[in-house]
Amino acid sequence: MSSDDFKVTDDSDEDLPKHGLKGPSPDERPHPEGRRNSQGIRIDPEAEAEHEPRRAVISALVEDDPGVLSRVSGLFSRRQFNIESLTVGPTTVENHSRITLVVEEPEPGIDQVEKQLAKLKPVIAVGELDADAVRTELVLLKVEGDEPDKVHAVTEMYDGQTLDAGPKTITVQLTGDEQEIDDAIDAFRQFGIIEIARTGYTALARGNQATVPGEKPGTADEPTRPTNAQ
Amino acid sequence: MSKQEQPPSATEEEADEERAIGPVTTGSESVIRALENAGVEAAFGVQGGAIMPVYDALYHSDIRHITMAHEQGAAHAADAFSVVRNEPGVCLATSGPGATNLVTGIADANMDSDGLVALTGQVPADMVGSDAFQETDTTGVTAPITKHNYFADDPDSVGDTVGEAIALADEGRPGPTLVDLPKDVTLGETDAEPGPATPPETTQPQYVADEADVREAADAIEAAERPLLLFGGGVIKADATDEARSFAREYEIPVVTTMPGIGSFPEDDDLCLSWAGMHGTGYANMAITHTDLLIAVGTRFDDRLTGGIDTFAPEAEVIHIDIDPAEISKNVHADYPLIGDAGIVLDQLDDAIGRAPEAESWREQCLTWQDEYPMDYATPDDEPLKPQFVVEVLDEATADDTIVTTGVGQHQMWAAQYWTFSEPRTWVSSHGLGTMGYGLPAAVGARIAADDDQQVVCIDGDGSFLMTIQALSVAVREDLDITVAVLNNEYIGMVRQWQDAFFEGRRMAAEYNWCPEFDMLAEAFGARGFRVDDYDEVADTVEKALSYDGPSVIDFHIDPAENVYPMVPSGGANGKFALTEDQL
Repeated sequence: MSSDDFKVTDDSDEDLPKHGLKGPSPDERPHPEGRRNSQGIRIDPEAEAEHEPRRAVISALVEDDPGVLSRVSGLFSRRQFNIESLTVGPTTVENHSRITLVVEEPEPGIDQVEKQLAKLKPVIAVGELDADAVRTELVLLKVEGDEPDKVHAVTEMYDGQTLDAGPKTITVQLTGDEQEIDDAIDAFRQFGIIEIARTGYTALARGNQATVPGEKPGTADEPTRPTNAQ
Repeated sequence: MSKQEQPPSATEEEADEERAIGPVTTGSESVIRALENAGVEAAFGVQGGAIMPVYDALYHSDIRHITMAHEQGAAHAADAFSVVRNEPGVCLATSGPGATNLVTGIADANMDSDGLVALTGQVPADMVGSDAFQETDTTGVTAPITKHNYFADDPDSVGDTVGEAIALADEGRPGPTLVDLPKDVTLGETDAEPGPATPPETTQPQYVADEADVREAADAIEAAERPLLLFGGGVIKADATDEARSFAREYEIPVVTTMPGIGSFPEDDDLCLSWAGMHGTGYANMAITHTDLLIAVGTRFDDRLTGGIDTFAPEAEVIHIDIDPAEISKNVHADYPLIGDAGIVLDQLDDAIGRAPEAESWREQCLTWQDEYPMDYATPDDEPLKPQFVVEVLDEATADDTIVTTGVGQHQMWAAQYWTFSEPRTWVSSHGLGTMGYGLPAAVGARIAADDDQQVVCIDGDGSFLMTIQALSVAVREDLDITVAVLNNEYIGMVRQWQDAFFEGRRMAAEYNWCPEFDMLAEAFGARGFRVDDYDEVADTVEKALSYDGPSVIDFHIDPAENVYPMVPSGGANGKFALTEDQL
């Protein structure tokens, strides 16, 4: 090869700009009418609609690796998923835990939450619970102890238990779904609420249904086999 | 005569006899045995206190170790090795700063789905948490940028953990994994021989797509009037370029690639419209804009490809083939999701399609766009050397299977635009993370991975080259035959281009006219250095540099005013790409 193979000739440069390329400018080109919404879904420009956020209860079976909880919470913060609550505890299988999450996202976001969770190595299986799932939350309420009889009556009304009663404070425990807990807290406000601790939902599928795909209810010590998350 | 050709000295022969690792006696020997079991041939790293036991075990191994000048380079070199070989690359670093220096390279591999295994030293387990000397929470720091990472806590299982990390890096959608190796674990006694590298039970990719889904997608392809194939990096990762090529040709469907997908389809083929996106060709972006059926294979629809989502392929139904279910409808809604291995799913589609789509007029339209928006540049006498010309000369002067590595910036775009790629794994670049400084250490890794008769060219920018220039010392020491072409405009040029277009020309911190003389610097390192200012010096100098058996650097002083076009402004519509500055 010699430099003769690469002679610069200006013959072809006549209609080329010094900097940039030739061709029809942006306003000389055809542009389609169609559009996608922010969720990447093609839309009718006349009737643009997006999925509204909804709450979803998601259950994940995980291996008790060190740091599994930080991997899950890190995933939520780095992907900007809107998480309402997270609870975790052991299952019937040694070294497995169940994480129950409540998220509030549009439909595509909930889909992403499940799929991204399923990608984490310690996560065995993930599923969203049906609306009829059994779910409950626990709350501890510490209220002023000036009116113990009235406090006791409200506690009874909400099927709660008194865990600690002293001259200055009374601490009660309530369980139930989110709405019941919210109502109860409203009812206790009259006494003066000092502190609250809430767990967020924990949940299981109703009846003989598996809570997460592939889970075998009632088979203690038989590990769940992972299923391909779809 | 290169170092490799010299006869071994007596001391080297003695050393070779020692290089036969016997039965495992320590955690670190188990680590090396796991690498050997997995067929690892090369590793890139930097020594240090906490990783010393692993290096001590490596002393007796046949695995080739390339000592890098900086751990970031070790990660990039291992990443490039992985791209060229299509198998996981391995890098090593010590604890603390060694591990943190790997972070950029690990994040790069994560964004580009490159199989990478990082082995990091760590302070002894009983000191973890005490803020000991050179202690960093490496698994904490790298959790967001790895597919998974491991903290080894037992000499008996550390080998199997390393094996699992290698298998996981390679399984399904590849990605980086890391094993943190506390010094007491690597020094600890064990006779546990690691088994074969096995991925974890909890990750089981689906390789074959659902047949009913395939049937629906096949019907959509048959009915399409303006079908377009979009080949992403996943086609190359899945080793599915043969299937992809025969599919496109059998059904005569025009092809656009993403930038990581460069090489998946020959760019000189009549069906190929090159790559789309921010600096992709005008015709690729026109095709994307007007297609009615986008068949996307192994792509994650990065914003640099899509521009604004609202205007991306707005008329198209989307078939999305991907091994990672989480990529389906993440950015662009998939009307026909097909989860599986690219090659397998394309074969499934091929079996299911009864007739090719009737797209003759669409194909003609695509050819018309190629004529309307040519990738052609002027070389006026009153302007300095054009970088596009340099890239074309380098391309002409080298074989089709030449590997090109790049940094990130204008030079990377010119390389991708004006080099005609025809083979997979010959384009080695940093896409998702956009890591300036990737090019030179990547050339080191690519050179180690490539066939002996393959050429390796690093096309770099002045800013990128300066970021990892210490890797030149590695190329000299290892006598690696690589040619570095620095497209030097004395600017961090892509930033300068944006400043001129979007920041009213305020060139804050973008002028690099304090750059050293790269040809002289190359000579100081022990490489050959050249400088080119004019058109008539280009071809001869390229020939000299390519024919030099060892590392060489050509400092091309190019037109500092030259910009990259076409350009889709960030968040803009693909079809509204600018061809000149006044269109931005």
